[in-house]
Amino acid sequence: MEPAQDLDTFREEARSWLKENFPEKLAHKRPPGIAGFGSKLTGNWKVWQDRIGQKGWSTPTWPAEYGGGGLTPDQASVVQQEMRALGAISPIGGFGTMMWGPTLLDVGTDEQKKRYLPPIIRGEIHWCQGYSEPGAGSDLANLQSFAEDMGDHFVLNGSKIWTSGAMEADWMYGVFRTDRDNKYEGISFLTLDMKSPGVEVKPITLISGESPFNEVFFTDVVVPKENLIGEKNLGWNIGKRLLLHERQGIAGSGGGGGGVMGGSFDLEHVAQEYIGLEDGKLADGAMRERIASQKMFAHAYALTGRRFGEEAAVHGPSPAVGILKVAWARDNQNRQELVVEMLGNQGLGWGGNEFTPEELRNVRTWLRSKANSIEGGTTEINLNLVAKRVLGLKGY
Amino acid sequence: MAVLTEEQSMLKDQAQAWVRDESPVQKFRQMRDSGTPKHFDEATWSEISTMGWAGILVPEELGGSGLDYATFGVVLEETGRQLVASPLFASGLVGASALMLGGSDAQQKSWLPDIAAGKRILTLAVDEGPHHGPIQTALSAEATGDGYTLNGQKVLVFEGVSADGFVVAARTSGSPGDTAGITLFLLPADIDGIEATALNTADSRGYANVAFNSVSASADCVLGEVGQGFALLEGILDRARAGLAAEMLGIGAEAFDRTLEYLKTREQFGQVIGSFQSLGHRAAERFMQMEFARSCVEAALRAIDAGREDVPILCSLAKCQVGEFLHDMSNDMIQMHGGIGMTDEFDAGFFLKRARAVEAAFGGQSFHRRRYIAHFGI
Repeated sequence: MEPAQDLDTFREEARSWLKENFPEKLAHKRPPGIAGFGSKLTGNWKVWQDRIGQKGWSTPTWPAEYGGGGLTPDQASVVQQEMRALGAISPIGGFGTMMWGPTLLDVGTDEQKKRYLPPIIRGEIHWCQGYSEPGAGSDLANLQSFAEDMGDHFVLNGSKIWTSGAMEADWMYGVFRTDRDNKYEGISFLTLDMKSPGVEVKPITLISGESPFNEVFFTDVVVPKENLIGEKNLGWNIGKRLLLHERQGIAGSGGGGGGVMGGSFDLEHVAQEYIGLEDGKLADGAMRERIASQKMFAHAYALTGRRFGEEAAVHGPSPAVGILKVAWARDNQNRQELVVEMLGNQGLGWGGNEFTPEELRNVRTWLRSKANSIEGGTTEINLNLVAKRVLGLKGY
Repeated sequence: MAVLTEEQSMLKDQAQAWVRDESPVQKFRQMRDSGTPKHFDEATWSEISTMGWAGILVPEELGGSGLDYATFGVVLEETGRQLVASPLFASGLVGASALMLGGSDAQQKSWLPDIAAGKRILTLAVDEGPHHGPIQTALSAEATGDGYTLNGQKVLVFEGVSADGFVVAARTSGSPGDTAGITLFLLPADIDGIEATALNTADSRGYANVAFNSVSASADCVLGEVGQGFALLEGILDRARAGLAAEMLGIGAEAFDRTLEYLKTREQFGQVIGSFQSLGHRAAERFMQMEFARSCVEAALRAIDAGREDVPILCSLAKCQVGEFLHDMSNDMIQMHGGIGMTDEFDAGFFLKRARAVEAAFGGQSFHRRRYIAHFGI
């Protein structure tokens, strides 16, 4: 931790860099899409992407030698504060910055870090994650997609499912079977170019009517040996480590159902508009109490995410972040349910002009949120993991 | 747990060792069985005072150590773990806070050194009805001559029997429900017209109902400003809420640890009962509540130390979240221990009874939910 004085100096530097480089027109605007997750930005957003990407401040604590910001956690939070003050949002994100990059920093060789990290930091490559398979959901290690070792390359056959953003993805990282006789010690962590011959992507239409997930099929896909991360057959630990980063990343997103997946409705604003006040208080007292509970849970969740983040900066990610994944799902799902309930007769519109665009959008967001307790490890699996790894209970 | 300062780590180690060796729950049981009218053990209180804990907040020049609320929280969490009964919280935290926030130089010099040394006990008398409601203050303080005459009744005053002085919320104008017109008084317990009646409560701790019958208070007994006492009272109450929340976190954490240990050792159907998912998942849920509560408690204490504007909202959040955790945990402690949890011989009942007392004190979950949401304009 730096002395407060040095941080003050750094704050001045950060402020003046942002003033010079952040296009004022973008203040308090959400990016139209995420560079590194399906979007090619244009205009001012592209200018901002290039500048912040070059500075490394979309990944402020990553080492400068790979293009990261090279900042201490304290400096990084100064940058965050200054960006918030300006209403400046980084348009760079996705699986690369959230999980794959942090994992690579933990386990990658210097060569691999130099190869993969800089384009992630600049938001140039969209990564997708090849984990789940039709027979390997909660029991992920049961995965069967097989990468046969041909000496100087692997030949991959099989399929992945529930792959977010695979339609637009440039590259995939994932876990693949390389030994059929060993469940856990027969898995390898590989990267592959989504343009490789034999890769086919099919979108899955969800109950929300949308298709954020895909199936990915592999037919004799050639994967060069240099795309192996860590050792052959020892990829399971890397895969699990990445999931810790995923849960930590979800935790760091701060709760309140915000972020890329969240809806745009604030509970108190929906309550005011659709229920109304009496004597300065919400007319529905029972709903007021439920909103209070929900907001307090979200607040406690955000504080816990921040605390775990601070602790992780010192000790590395802890299995206790499993509770943040559980809480994230619960927070968002409860929030969505409250909004639908408060919208009442306007709550379930599927189309047409009798519903506002926000009302229509909300139905889809509400339905999408049902996946929150399934994706990234179901709530039940996460509770099992906490029982086993944090509490030390047997039989899980 | 948040990263601790060197001083906090030292105090934590000291407190952990002391409660383990000198004041485990067994000591609380002895105190209860002894039927002492004060509801704490004099020797225990004397040891606490000797260690300087009652003076954690008090400035060094007035005999304390001039540390912060986050540090006090570390100690209260440890004493909470073993249900240590003493006036540490009521006097060392709440009484001292009242003086430090609102006391004149003379009031501070007269009281703080003795509070720090554990020689005198100062406690807050605020509630008058069945529920916490500082804004409902009705106890009247009528201007008479160059002073005031107080009439009314306070209930469930912490350490009310053994207290040497009271910080009393009174009404010098307006009606119950008004924030304006509340005035705080700092009164010695032995003046004419103050009568404390000891209460016999399930948690075996010291409380009293305190009657004020034509109590004469001179103008220099006023703490803070006449008629403007509500903001001061809220400041004191928020410190009390955050401090008590730290103690509650300790009570809940100990209940959690003991229950988890039982899940790992008790066997039924040929296996430890913690291997059953219905129990393992519940333990994981309680763990989540505990971690969330800890984040809120630490944030509230730190906000007080940093003088942040969101102190009220964070204190309500902390008191409510830790209250929900402790409520569920104290129930699960009994349920997961089964029949033995219901016996007086076993300690679980102590945790349950203490849980409900501290949940309600200075506002229960429902009070703080309402106080929290009022900040959002609905």
